[in-house]
Amino acid sequence: MTDSILYSVFLLISLGGLAAVILYFVSKKFYVYENPLIAEIEDILPAANCAGCGSLGCKAFAEKLVLSEDISNLFCPVGGNDTMKLVATKLGKEVSEKDPTIAVVRCQGSCEVRPKTTEFQGPRTCAISAMIYSGETDCEYGCLGDGDCVKVCKFDAMYMDESTGLPIILTDKCTSCGMCVTACPRNIIEMRPRNKKDLKIYVGCLNQDKGGVAKKACSLACIGCSKCEEICPKDAVIMINTLAYIDPVLCTLCRKCVPICPTNSIVETNFPPKKEKKVDNEKADEISEIVKLVKVKMDV
Amino acid sequence: MFKTFQIGGIHPPENKITSTSSIKRLTVPKTVYVPIAQHIGIPSEIIVAVKDKVTIGQVIAKSGGYVSSNIHSPVAGVVTKLDKFIDTSGYKKQCIVIRTDEKDPSNFNEQEYLLKTSIELSPKEILQRITDFGIVGLGGATFPSHVKLNVREGTTLDCLLINGVECEPYLTADHRLMLEKSEEIIVGIKIVMRALNISKAIIGIENNKKDAIDLFKNLTKNESTIQVGTLQVKYPQGGEKQLVKALLNRDVPINGLPLDVGVIVHNVGTIFAIYEAIQHNKPLTERVVTVTGKNLKNASNFWVKIGTPINNLIDAVGGLPEGTRKIVNGGPMMGKAIKNTDVPVTKGTSGILVISENEASRGKSENCIRCGECVFVCPMGLEPYLLMNLVEKNFIDRASSEDINTCIECGSCSYVCPSHRPLLDFIRFGKNSEKKLQTVKN
Repeated sequence: MTDSILYSVFLLISLGGLAAVILYFVSKKFYVYENPLIAEIEDILPAANCAGCGSLGCKAFAEKLVLSEDISNLFCPVGGNDTMKLVATKLGKEVSEKDPTIAVVRCQGSCEVRPKTTEFQGPRTCAISAMIYSGETDCEYGCLGDGDCVKVCKFDAMYMDESTGLPIILTDKCTSCGMCVTACPRNIIEMRPRNKKDLKIYVGCLNQDKGGVAKKACSLACIGCSKCEEICPKDAVIMINTLAYIDPVLCTLCRKCVPICPTNSIVETNFPPKKEKKVDNEKADEISEIVKLVKVKMDV
Repeated sequence: MFKTFQIGGIHPPENKITSTSSIKRLTVPKTVYVPIAQHIGIPSEIIVAVKDKVTIGQVIAKSGGYVSSNIHSPVAGVVTKLDKFIDTSGYKKQCIVIRTDEKDPSNFNEQEYLLKTSIELSPKEILQRITDFGIVGLGGATFPSHVKLNVREGTTLDCLLINGVECEPYLTADHRLMLEKSEEIIVGIKIVMRALNISKAIIGIENNKKDAIDLFKNLTKNESTIQVGTLQVKYPQGGEKQLVKALLNRDVPINGLPLDVGVIVHNVGTIFAIYEAIQHNKPLTERVVTVTGKNLKNASNFWVKIGTPINNLIDAVGGLPEGTRKIVNGGPMMGKAIKNTDVPVTKGTSGILVISENEASRGKSENCIRCGECVFVCPMGLEPYLLMNLVEKNFIDRASSEDINTCIECGSCSYVCPSHRPLLDFIRFGKNSEKKLQTVKN
C-alpha cells in the first residue's frame, strides 16, 4: 500500500523535474526578445481593447508607441491626456494634448415628431436597413433606430430609449473611443468637445432636404432658414445647402441661436434653466418707470 | 423530361393570374417622373432645363459613361422640375419631371406599327442605334445592352440565347409579349444575330407557357437557325448562368460571363425593344408591366410609359384592395417593396405585385437547425447558412473566400428556410461590404 503511494509520488516528482529541465532549455533556445517597455506601456493603457486609437487592441498600440519615433499623432481616446502624459514620461517622447471629446447623437427624430410611414420586417440592424431603403420614416438622413451603435459600445455608455427610439449616450461612461461613429451608417454620431459641465449646443438634425420636405418628415428638422447663422456673433454656424452646422471650435455657447430656431432643432444640453425672463421684467419695469418720469416731466 | 439546370432550384407556386389577359395600353399620365439612374452603372447626365419643351423620344439625359445609357422623354410636354424623388431603390434620386402636353396629339395617337422584316442596317449601325436609343436589359437587371453586345474582337460566339423563361411567380409580362409580338421578336432575334454574326439562336421557354412554345415552334418551322428550347418549370431558371446550363449544358466559370463560353443571353423584352429601335426608330420609352395580386379586381398587363407613377397603375386595376400590406416592384422572389405609390415605373419594372397581410409577413427568425435546405436549393452551389453567419460576425474576408460574390440573390435560401432566417438580407449586405472592402484595398 505504502509502496504504491511512494512509487506514484516519486514518479510524478521525477516527471515534473524532467519537464522543468526540458522547458528550461526550450525557453533558452526559442527565446524572443521583447522590449520590456511594451509590457510596461500596456499596463499604463486602459486595457479596454476598444480599437479607438486605430490599433487592434492595447497591446498593438503599446508596440506602436514604443517602436515609432514620433508619437505626437497617436492618441488613446479612452485614457485621455493623463494616460498619454504617463506614456510620454515613460518613453521620453513628446505627445500632443487633445481636448476631451464626447459622442453626440445629432438626431431628434423620435416616434412623435417623425412618424413612421412604412414598416421594415427584415433583420434589425441599421447597416442592412440603410442598404435596402431610406428607413421607416420619410427622413432619409436620420436615425434608423436599430441600435448598431449600442451594439458596438464596449463601455455600456449607450442604450436605446424605447420611448423615442433613439440612442442615448451616458456622459459619465462615454470614453469617446469612436466606435459608434464608425458603426452608424448615417453618420449621425459626431465627436464634439466636452467641457467641464458637459455643456453642448449642436444642430440635432442632418436632413439636407429643402425646408418643406424636411419639415413634413420630421417636425424638429432643420429647414435651412439660416436665422441661426445671422444671429451668431462668432460666425460659428455654417450653412451646408439647407442644413445648419455649428462649429464646436468657434461656438462660445452663448445660446443666442437656440430660441431663434423656428423648429427647435438646435439642442442645448446641461445648461441651467434660463433666468432671462426675470431680467426682462426688471428691464421692463425700469423702462416703464422712465416712461412715467418722462410723462410726468412732459406734463409739467 | 425537359431540360433544366442541375444544382439547386425551387418550384414556388406559380400564381400566373394574368397570363390570359392581353396587354392593354395605360392612359398617358398627366405628369411623368423619369429617374436618371434607371440602369446598372453610372447615372445619366441631364441635358434639359426647367421649362424646356420636349417631344416623345427626345434625349433628356445623356449617357454618363461607358456602362450607362441614354434616357428619352416618354411623353411630349414641358419639363417642370428637376428634383429628387423616391424611386424604386427606396432613396430619393434625381428625377426629371415632365408635364404632359394635353393638346399634343403625339401623346395620345398611338401609332400601330406594321411588321417590318427586312433588316437594312449594317451590324455597326445596329450597335450604334442600340447605344443611342437607351436599350437596357428589360429582364430586371437593367444592364445596358450595348455593353453586352459590344463583344471584344477575337471572342468566339456561337449561340444567342433568348430568355423567355420568366421563372418569377405572378409575372406574365414576357409571356404576354411573346404571344402578342411573336413575329416581331423573331425579327429582333435576327437583328441581334446579324449584329453579332451568330448563326444559332435558342429561345428558352418554360413548360408552363405551352401556348408560347407552340406559337414559336410554328413560327420557327422554316427557320434553320432559330430553335425553341422547352424547359422544365424551375426557379431561378431565368438567371443567365442557369439558362446557359439548362439549354446548352455549359458551365459559366465563377465570376465569369456567359461570353466566356461563347454565349450571349437576352431577354425577350429587350429583343422586342431592339426590334422597335432598329425597324421603327423608337427609343425605349415604354415597357410591359404586369400589375397583379390575388385580391386585385382586374389584374392585367399594361404598356406603361417610363416614369408613370405606380398610383396610375393601381388605379387602372381598380384601386388597392383592403388589407394590402406590401406593394412589390418586380416579382415576389427578387422584387423589392416600394416605399410609397408615387414611385415611378422605370426600365427595370417588370411587375407590380400587391400582396396582403398574411402573404407579406415574414416569420420570426429562429436558430439554424442545420437542416441544409438552403445548401440543397442554392443554384450557385453556395452554403447560405455559412455565409450569413460569417457576415453576421463581420468576417467579410472569409465570406469572400467562400465566393459570396457569386450569389445571384435569387432568394431561394430564404424561401425554404424552416427557421425563417434572413439569409439573403445578410448575404446581400456581405456582398456590399465585400465590394467596399475591395475598393478600399485597390
